[in-house]
Amino acid sequence: METAFTPWQSLGGGALIGLAAVLLMGLHGRIFGATGILTGLIAPASKSDFSWRAVLLLGMVSGPLLVLAISGSFPAVDVPVSNLMLVLGGLLVGVGVTFSAGCTSGHGVCGLARLSPRSLASVLTFMAATAVTVYIIRHVIGG
Amino acid sequence: MRYISLYLIGLIFGTGISVSGMANPAKVLNFFDVAGTWDPSLAFVMGGAVIVTFLGYRFVLKRPMPMMEERFHLPTSRVIDTRLLGGSAVFGIGWGIAGFCPGGALPALGTGSLAVFIFVGAAIAGILLARTITAARTPRALTA
Repeated sequence: METAFTPWQSLGGGALIGLAAVLLMGLHGRIFGATGILTGLIAPASKSDFSWRAVLLLGMVSGPLLVLAISGSFPAVDVPVSNLMLVLGGLLVGVGVTFSAGCTSGHGVCGLARLSPRSLASVLTFMAATAVTVYIIRHVIGG
Repeated sequence: MRYISLYLIGLIFGTGISVSGMANPAKVLNFFDVAGTWDPSLAFVMGGAVIVTFLGYRFVLKRPMPMMEERFHLPTSRVIDTRLLGGSAVFGIGWGIAGFCPGGALPALGTGSLAVFIFVGAAIAGILLARTITAARTPRALTA
C-alpha cells in the first residue's frame, strides 16, 4: 500500500512532539516516554505516580479529536496487517519495551536529545530489527 | 493547574503524533520498506522531534528544578547490556510486524479504531508477561 510523502506535515508534527517533550521536562521534570506512561498506568508505584500519567494519556488521546475539530476528519489510521499480526506485534512490543525501558519516544526522542549512549544503542538496535522484519515479511515471505 | 498543564502537554503530543503520520501503520511500515513502497516521511518526524527536544532540553535542564515539581527525574542507568539490546530488538520486531509503537498507538486510541485497541491490549499483555517473568527470575524492580 503506497502512502504519500509528507515532509512538511511530518516535520511540523515532529516539532510538536518535541515541544511536548520539552514542556514535560521544563514544567514537570519528566521524560516523555510512552512506555513509561503505559507501564506506570498498569503497575503504578504510588497513587500520584498513576494520576499524572493518566491525565497525560487523556491529553494524548484528545489529539486526534483536536485534529478532527480543526480539519473535519480523523488522522488516517490505515492498518495493512491482519488482527493476528496486531496481537503478535503488540505482545512483542510489550515484552521488548519492558526490557529496553523505552521506545521511540523515551529512547528515540528524549534519549537521543540528551545524547545518551544507552538510548543511541537502543534506537540503532530497534530500527535495524524493524527494517529487517519488514523486509522479511514483505519481500521474503510475501514475495 | 498541574493537571491542566499535563493535559495540554499530552494534547500537544497527541496532535503532533496525529499530524506527523506516526499513528498510521501504513506510513510507518513504508518508512522501513526501502526496497518496496518507501515513504521517507518518518525521518522528518524523528528529525523535527529530536532537534526541538535537544535545543529545548539545553535550556530547561540548566534551571535548578522544573517549574511545577521539586526535581528533574532523569534516567541514571548508563548500562548497555543484553537486556537493553535484546529488549530493543524484540520491540523492533514487534513494531515491524504490527506497524504501531506505543507513542504512536496511545494517541491513536482517540480515533476509536478497533485495530489500535487490539494492539494496545496485546502490548499491555506483553508488558504484564515480561514483568511476571522478570519478577520470578530476579527480585529487583523494573525501571521502566
